[in-house]
Amino acid sequence: MEILLKTINLKKYFKVHKGLLHAVDGVDIEIQKGKTLGVVGESGCGKSTLGRVILRLLEATSGEIYFEGRNIMKENPRGLKKDMQIIFQDPYSSLDPRLSVFELISEPLVVNRVFDHKGEMENRIIELMETVGLAERFINAYPHEMDGGRRQRVGIARALALNPKFIVCDEPVSALDVSIQAQVLNLLMDLQDQMGFTYMFITHNLSVVKHISDEIVVMYLGQCVEHASSRELFKNPLHPYTQALLAAIPKAKLGIKHDQKIIYGEVTNPVNPKQGCRFAARCEYCQQDCLAGSISLKEVEPDHFVSCVLYK
Amino acid sequence: MLEKLLEIKDLSVVYHTDEAHVYAVNAINLEIGARETIGLVGETGAGKTTTALAILRLLPEKTGHITQGEILFKGEDLLKKSKREMRGIRGAHISMIFQDPMTSLNPTITVGDQIYESLLIHNYEGKPRDELYKRVDELLELVGIPARRRKDYPHQFSGGMKQRVVISIALACQPQLLIADEPTTALDVTIQAQVLAMMYDLKEKLQTSMIMITHDLGVVAQTCDKVAIMYAGEIIEFGLAEDIFESDQHHPYTTGLFGSIPDLDIEADRLNPIEGLMPDPTALPCGCKFHPRCKLCMEICKTTLPPQWHEGDHMISCHLYSREK
Amino acid sequence: MSKAVVAPARKYKRKSRFKEIWRRMKKNKLSMVGLCVFALFVAMIIFADLIVPYRIALEQNVWEQFAPPSVEHLLGMDQYGRDIFARVIHGSRNSLLMGIAAVFVGMIIGGTLASLAGYYGGKVDMVIMRISDTIFCIPFMLMGLSIVAALGPGLINVLIAITITAIPNYVRIIRSAILTIVGNDFIEAGRACGASDIFIILKHVAPNAVGPIIVQATMQVGTMIIFSTAFSYLGLGIQPPAPEWGAMLAEGKSYMLSAPHMIIAPGMSIVLVALSLNLLGDGLRDALDPKLKD
Repeated sequence: MEILLKTINLKKYFKVHKGLLHAVDGVDIEIQKGKTLGVVGESGCGKSTLGRVILRLLEATSGEIYFEGRNIMKENPRGLKKDMQIIFQDPYSSLDPRLSVFELISEPLVVNRVFDHKGEMENRIIELMETVGLAERFINAYPHEMDGGRRQRVGIARALALNPKFIVCDEPVSALDVSIQAQVLNLLMDLQDQMGFTYMFITHNLSVVKHISDEIVVMYLGQCVEHASSRELFKNPLHPYTQALLAAIPKAKLGIKHDQKIIYGEVTNPVNPKQGCRFAARCEYCQQDCLAGSISLKEVEPDHFVSCVLYK
Repeated sequence: MLEKLLEIKDLSVVYHTDEAHVYAVNAINLEIGARETIGLVGETGAGKTTTALAILRLLPEKTGHITQGEILFKGEDLLKKSKREMRGIRGAHISMIFQDPMTSLNPTITVGDQIYESLLIHNYEGKPRDELYKRVDELLELVGIPARRRKDYPHQFSGGMKQRVVISIALACQPQLLIADEPTTALDVTIQAQVLAMMYDLKEKLQTSMIMITHDLGVVAQTCDKVAIMYAGEIIEFGLAEDIFESDQHHPYTTGLFGSIPDLDIEADRLNPIEGLMPDPTALPCGCKFHPRCKLCMEICKTTLPPQWHEGDHMISCHLYSREK
Repeated sequence: MSKAVVAPARKYKRKSRFKEIWRRMKKNKLSMVGLCVFALFVAMIIFADLIVPYRIALEQNVWEQFAPPSVEHLLGMDQYGRDIFARVIHGSRNSLLMGIAAVFVGMIIGGTLASLAGYYGGKVDMVIMRISDTIFCIPFMLMGLSIVAALGPGLINVLIAITITAIPNYVRIIRSAILTIVGNDFIEAGRACGASDIFIILKHVAPNAVGPIIVQATMQVGTMIIFSTAFSYLGLGIQPPAPEWGAMLAEGKSYMLSAPHMIIAPGMSIVLVALSLNLLGDGLRDALDPKLKD
């Protein structure tokens, strides 16, 4: 299988007044062409930052990114946008309220001077609207006149406009209603089947990534704590944090009230983090070993990587 | 039979704006017994929050109008109370928790003082200051915050802790009814689990009735005794939690909602969403409000309001069930 | 593709932007009144010489000092016996141009600086804002006078002086409007599809900040007319006997009780210009915002 995107020891630190915020701290990921990598974690785990660093919307502090085998850290970030795109979380603030649907979808085409002829561009926009399931009558509509699901479809059409190979989906459904969420997820999966996109699907909701992802990375405070295929991760979660995340999802079934495992404590900031496991403070299996030295990802089962001292 | 704490009869709410009339709530009936938790489930625009605001009479004065119906709290109609009487009821007998803990606390006042304030407003016996502050400490401990943090400001708390503070304010005067409007939607999953577990324990301990407004069927399954499913301002299905989560008989919309949730235990490649969108509340469809999106739509659904089908506590408002009889 | 692409007939025609704005603008009656009044003033500037020759505005009739309005002299005469109607007509050229040019140029410079400061933040913001604050600290008049002193008296130099003095004010207001826009995701969305910073500032930031800019601009025109008068008063701007509204107002002030007609005409003119621009600005701001459509 061909690897489309690969990061090596990618780091992004932000300066805050208390010190250095380790938003992304040494992440290695690989995404195969035509597949979907789910990136899961709670707020502040650095999942969105990771997506933006890969798209070079933010400059990495250190580390390398390879796209189709070439190191893109040295390339002009604006040139990359034809190959890599992003779908934003909030369909309310990610669309300029003063532009109509036509203008919004045309923006990537205009900026990159794709078409010389206006008619060609108009045809392409109608085609894109059809692809994402947006009726043609919305062509003059403004974002505030549409509901969340339709707005998100405009966001998807924008991302598709340049025929990218790789799309970062940053929580594309978390602002939408349940029944609309499922529509948009299905749309994304259909598009992948038809056009062979490669997705990086960022979300805080494990149940959302289950269907769409081939592989899943679980992040906690800037680090990757578990990496496995989607099926394996749900069947056999190994890291205590992954287990807790799975247990915490409220299930629409009766009879599992409150005997579930609840982890205590709060997600903190990775500002000047201490050595050792970052989850140690909330972990019920915490031992002496967890606090010393750095704990790296280990392959404990075939293609199942965990960074935890419990697994040798 | 538990006594009825709150009875909503035939309640309709309309928002009058410059352009149109928004029919937010359409003739709903709901009963809440003492110590019961009712889940109010629905998507954006289903009228869940409007119902809650109507109970507290907090609808925007200029635009929101209750056009018909009664809201009986312990047998008294809240809609006939004066503004002054309502102020005495809000907070003391019925209190509400809002979705966003970040904006429902005043950033310039310590959390202890904010709880104290809500105690002071309803301090009819004229308890001394020390006693009230003792109660503040108790309340903080009750929601799992050490009392020594009383003098901290909201920004020193994380999202989950802030929501705990909000809950302690809501519980300060031991209300009989607590309305929680999406109390955990803004929180992370692991924190959501903590807060839900705490709310469940508190409810048992304090014997409060609760209306839990949410769009998440999972949250309902874990906290509620009864469930009302709302669509386009109507309650289209109502029943005990068992009726909703274990019975096979459902309104097609409820079936669709369940189909939209990814099930972690079942292997499936695609989800089965409900096609289409919520109807425009300024121009609701005739007949059954759900018929334009319904896969099982019949001719009669387009013209006639569906009758209510009852089996025990289970109510479904759909033509499919009336036909069987 | 070698042949030109023929766009197939569409059910939904794309609407022209300007037509849309004009259509929404027309709905607002007050702003149309503003537009008409302002158009009258513009016509007055263009056709001043046709209405009444410039000569009349300067001619002194000693016999008719302070004459009240009459059929011959519609708005009466001033303390030198000059026709006030002619002076108001010809004064519009100096006053209005001065007010509008000062605001227009100031807004462009201030808007550019504010966009840079708000969009880039950090050091750029620091430098621009500190310089603008420093200018802000110096009293208006002192600042203007020193600039005119350095450049020498004259109409253009006064224009430069009042423009520069007003810029810090614009920078502050526009920057705060821009800061609320820069935080939105659509700025990043623009960047994500490869747009340059200039494109984003022009296409996304500026149009969304246009509301407060228009309001501020229309309110400033009146202020600027009065402000330029101060320079004329000190003999640095428009030199007497050339007519100018501000100067007429200042002269008439001494005879306010005995000959009120002397200040009513130029005063009303300034008020009308400011008011019409205000109404026009409000209408324009609403018409430009698609959220307020219909």
